[in-house]
Amino acid sequence: MSGEMAAAAEERPPEAVADSRRKLVGDGMAIAAYAFPVGLVFGLAALQAHYSLIDVVANSVVAFAGGAQFAAAGMVKDGASWLAIAGVTLLVNARHLLYSAATGPYTAARSRKERVLMAHFLTDETFALSLAHFRRIRAFDAPGYWIAAMAIFIPWTTGSALGYVAGGAVDVNRLGLDVAFPAAMAGLSLGMVSGRRDVAAALGAVAVAVPLGLAAGASVGLVAGAIVGPLIGLAMPEAGGGAGTVDAAAGTGSVDGAGPAHERASEAGLP
Amino acid sequence: MSLSLGLVPLAFLMWLATYPSRALPMLAPGIEHLPPRAVAYLRLSGPSALAALAAVNCLLTSDKPARLLLGIEPVAVAVCVVVVWRTRRLLPGVVAAVAVVAVARAAGIG
Repeated sequence: MSGEMAAAAEERPPEAVADSRRKLVGDGMAIAAYAFPVGLVFGLAALQAHYSLIDVVANSVVAFAGGAQFAAAGMVKDGASWLAIAGVTLLVNARHLLYSAATGPYTAARSRKERVLMAHFLTDETFALSLAHFRRIRAFDAPGYWIAAMAIFIPWTTGSALGYVAGGAVDVNRLGLDVAFPAAMAGLSLGMVSGRRDVAAALGAVAVAVPLGLAAGASVGLVAGAIVGPLIGLAMPEAGGGAGTVDAAAGTGSVDGAGPAHERASEAGLP
Repeated sequence: MSLSLGLVPLAFLMWLATYPSRALPMLAPGIEHLPPRAVAYLRLSGPSALAALAAVNCLLTSDKPARLLLGIEPVAVAVCVVVVWRTRRLLPGVVAAVAVVAVARAAGIG
């Protein structure tokens, strides 16, 4: 990373990078402050789904996909197939394609090995923090990227493990902690809503998932809702600033219209 | 406390389902040139999947066949949605939902 820094330093005043990094660290601390307690909630959800501590840590480190991890915990608890869990994970995290497309122009000059590693950490928060940093300094900054990535990775992983350990010491149902999972899912869904198409997609998914879940099982309803919901959203006339105006293909480092959605997802608090 | 590794392979399966979205445009520039409808579908898939998950978990029982669950849980989830909508923060919403259920159960409701 030091070589990259030296190359980057030739192109811009080091003061600007330092200033931007200071802001990045401040923003990262705010992210860590909410990622840790939400990680605790995930640890509790995993405990209810009969994960082991190793399962929880592996999930947070390897999958490192908060919303999908919550989804998987609920589905494991309901006895869903792993294929269904993988399908829901794919759908929940498909938005990362847009983040990667927007980050790509900044990382194009980096080694393939480095990009392979960086991609693993490209969550909502990493994207939001690092892209803002890159734009401030008008260049890629490897330490900045890793500051952003660790601001979510460390508190999320430790929070998950501690939530699991602490959860074993309390009566989850009596304290109402069993509702934390569906509540977190609903809150996260709302956090991703940035226009009426998103609202239609989310409500459409619920309208499909519940009756189909009653008829054919919860997992079937869930997957059907997740697949059909976006189609219902697409059927809505597009409003200004709504979904569907993404120009990830432009390769300019900007994703039109994605800002509010990803920022809200980040504000809501998951990788 | 269990130390089994039974769900570790699932973590890797989830990684396989997640990593390509994060890596492909970064590693193979140009691959993100998707039709606008496909990009819009991808963007809408997140809120859809999570909303469906929330609904299935608070409105349906986990037994088979599933039954409609009408208790305090859907109310608590609705409270969470309102709080998150007002504050733009997940944690206060989850805390409010948990509090609603805990109080209701302590009072013998739900």
